[in-house]
Amino acid sequence: MLREGDARIPSGCAISGIFSKAGKRMSGEAIIKSIAVMHERSNGLGGGFAAYGIYPAYKELYALHIFYDNTGAKKECEEFLERHFDIVNLSKIPTRKVKEVTDEPLIWRYFVAPLPTKLAESQLDEREFTVQCVFRINTRITGAYVFSSGKDMGVFKAVGYPEDIGRFYRLEEYEGYCFTAHGRYPTNTPGWWGGAHPFALLDYSVIHNGEISSYDANRRAIEMHGYKCSLQTDTEVITYIIDYLHRKHGLTYKEIASVIAAPFWQTIGRMEPAERAEHEYLRIMFAAQLITGPFSIIVGFAGGLLALNDRLKLRSMVVGEKGDMCYVASEEAAIRVIEPDLDAVWAPSGGQLVMFRLHGGDE
Amino acid sequence: MPVNYIHPDYEVIRNPDRCVACRACERQCANGVHEYLPDAGKLVCDDALCVNCHRCVTLCPTRALKIVRSGNTYKENVNWSGETINELYRQAGSGGVLLSGMGTPKPYPVYFDKILLNASQVTNPSIDPLREPMETKVFLGAKPRTVARGKDGRLQNNLPPQLSLSMPVMFSAMSYGSISYNAHESLARAAEALGVLYNTGEGGLHEDFYRYGKNTIVQVASGRFGVHPQYLNSGAAIEIKMGQGAKPGIGGHLPGAKIIGDISRTRMIPEGSDAISPAPHHDIYSIEDLRQLVYSLKEATDYRKPVIVKIAAVHNVAAIASGIARSGADVIAIDGFRGGTGAAPTRIRDNVGIPIELALAGVDKRLRDEGIRDNVSIVAGGSIRSSADIIKAAALGADCVYIGTAALLALGCHLCRSCHAGKCNWGIATQMPELVKRLNPDIGYMRLVNLLTAWRHEIKEMMGGMGINSIEALRGNRLMLRGVGLNEKELEILGIKHAGE
Repeated sequence: MLREGDARIPSGCAISGIFSKAGKRMSGEAIIKSIAVMHERSNGLGGGFAAYGIYPAYKELYALHIFYDNTGAKKECEEFLERHFDIVNLSKIPTRKVKEVTDEPLIWRYFVAPLPTKLAESQLDEREFTVQCVFRINTRITGAYVFSSGKDMGVFKAVGYPEDIGRFYRLEEYEGYCFTAHGRYPTNTPGWWGGAHPFALLDYSVIHNGEISSYDANRRAIEMHGYKCSLQTDTEVITYIIDYLHRKHGLTYKEIASVIAAPFWQTIGRMEPAERAEHEYLRIMFAAQLITGPFSIIVGFAGGLLALNDRLKLRSMVVGEKGDMCYVASEEAAIRVIEPDLDAVWAPSGGQLVMFRLHGGDE
Repeated sequence: MPVNYIHPDYEVIRNPDRCVACRACERQCANGVHEYLPDAGKLVCDDALCVNCHRCVTLCPTRALKIVRSGNTYKENVNWSGETINELYRQAGSGGVLLSGMGTPKPYPVYFDKILLNASQVTNPSIDPLREPMETKVFLGAKPRTVARGKDGRLQNNLPPQLSLSMPVMFSAMSYGSISYNAHESLARAAEALGVLYNTGEGGLHEDFYRYGKNTIVQVASGRFGVHPQYLNSGAAIEIKMGQGAKPGIGGHLPGAKIIGDISRTRMIPEGSDAISPAPHHDIYSIEDLRQLVYSLKEATDYRKPVIVKIAAVHNVAAIASGIARSGADVIAIDGFRGGTGAAPTRIRDNVGIPIELALAGVDKRLRDEGIRDNVSIVAGGSIRSSADIIKAAALGADCVYIGTAALLALGCHLCRSCHAGKCNWGIATQMPELVKRLNPDIGYMRLVNLLTAWRHEIKEMMGGMGINSIEALRGNRLMLRGVGLNEKELEILGIKHAGE
């Protein structure tokens, strides 16, 4: 059986996200309850969570979550980390035994800061330095896989149903202002925990339901800019595109939405001149980052959450709001189960950006 | 008269029961194949003069004519084929270089025919182009490395000049001189109606056609015929022709017999003088010289026109393209060795260069490996025959394709491969007024519009089947391709998997 990354595996999925604009910290209970409602949308072959605001004590440090196949890989990876980072804290990620979740790798967490000397030597900024180290580990150290690398956030994922995975990782013991969850329905058995979602790079985490038809065009374009698509999944390439457009080009999330789910030319033709010029520019400049085919994605990032459908809306996605609380899910039921009394519930149209940010956040 | 060793390849068969001796065939054939014998009251023909262009067959009102392969054979010999023997006889008789028109007819592999396309099933939906927008619009030109913002924080347009096309197809370079005025008019009007571009070729631009400038690529070739500031500024883009797929490494030769009237005027050379394009540009002996010409042309046009550099697909095409992508060019056009020509030495046409599929895949990969793919757009030509070829070329990495032979076929060309003789019975590759007038530009342009309209429908259907609703999501999307009957090396070069993988 080929491992994830050695073959391209299409998947259907369930996604859900909860965000508190007030920055109210909540436990992981609710998100587990939400994703569990959509049990039928996954098939037990992958699930996971991203949580933001969960490491306030270490919020200036990169939290690396790493899977190891064996202690040899751990040793080699830790040597690499010691050469490049100041490791402030390290521990096993706490888990509990759940009979539905088996074959777990070694799962470790490191709070790190780049070594100033190494950083200066590399001539990179801190974030790019960290990204390159993550790529280095994931492509060069066999049996080691960094699956979370942001500050004050973390990804927790595995093979299994998402509700079981939530219990496995004791998610109810974490408190954060934003949670996202993913249940996967892959069309064959990858059986590797690294292939589960969310997929994350720095503080960007992406969960995605769909199968994008532009995959190889997007992959080959993004690989030209130094990214390595080692998993061959849509979610991975979408994450890199968002990182590339946001971090490297400084596009706003609104502009990013206009690139990856670009309005049709006929729509652009009806816009006011200034707006039209801007959209034309984005489509020409970033033609290779246009994503076609069905997708609904929820992107978590430091201080915010965004949701976006493909331009034809070929996947279901519903948004709910209640006071400062915001919800996004594949199905309305997954929102109602945690907040039956919503102020508003609506389905964003294709290509329509939905974005929530902490009060006082920019944009 | 010396003995002619060569028996005609084709026989003109006339059905006497159908022939009414209307003499249409006799009037239509510029090669003088048919002759009316008044005494006998019937038509006879000389097969040796026939080029098999089907003009008489098509216009015979009673369908009394057909042309078949001559049954005459030499003693069978795998090594010395009849064609090889005939060519040798011809050279022994003439002492000259063998000439041919159009692309090579030799049985080299056509990789497009060994590549199959994908379609959506279950896990993602196919998209119906009759119900949903399906975008075929493309832009050609360099993309800057970074975005620019004004003081107000809004994005600023920092794009170099771009060519906008309604679909990823352009008519490739065919000079006025090598083809007729009416053929050029058909191409120019079709390009305008379709929202695409046609290419002047190296013979300058007839003053009547300046009005189609927005849809015109003006070419600058080694002979520099008809090149002047107004010409350069009249088109949407400028193409430097470094090479041609059908005859890499050599120049061109339009015989003085064709340099008459408007052609002489347009080319800015005396009537009756041969128009000889040197093999190299004599101001370009290296890549740094090319850079100077690119920037000379940009200076001459105020940096308002994209510059295309057209090269023939040769063995080290990827490295050459990489050099061009760093030379200031906005677009690279690659011409595969199956591409057409008005005239080429037969041996060169049939033996020099490489197929476009391999060249395109190699160039696209090389430019990506070097991180400079966005410096240029890639146009693939030689020979694109159908909408399926376009889809495959796009998925291999092309931004757009050039079609030449396909466009001429739409105008009536029957691929008799005798363009170099100048007696094209279809009014395309000729300057004889009585032949030129046979091509009616009102009909010719409509047939070109029809062809590309049909192709656009097919492109949309195939894209929709793959679940792709915008052509840019297909560009370089090699996972949409699978090879059949290709070996590992071929698959590796094309960057695709084998069917079943």
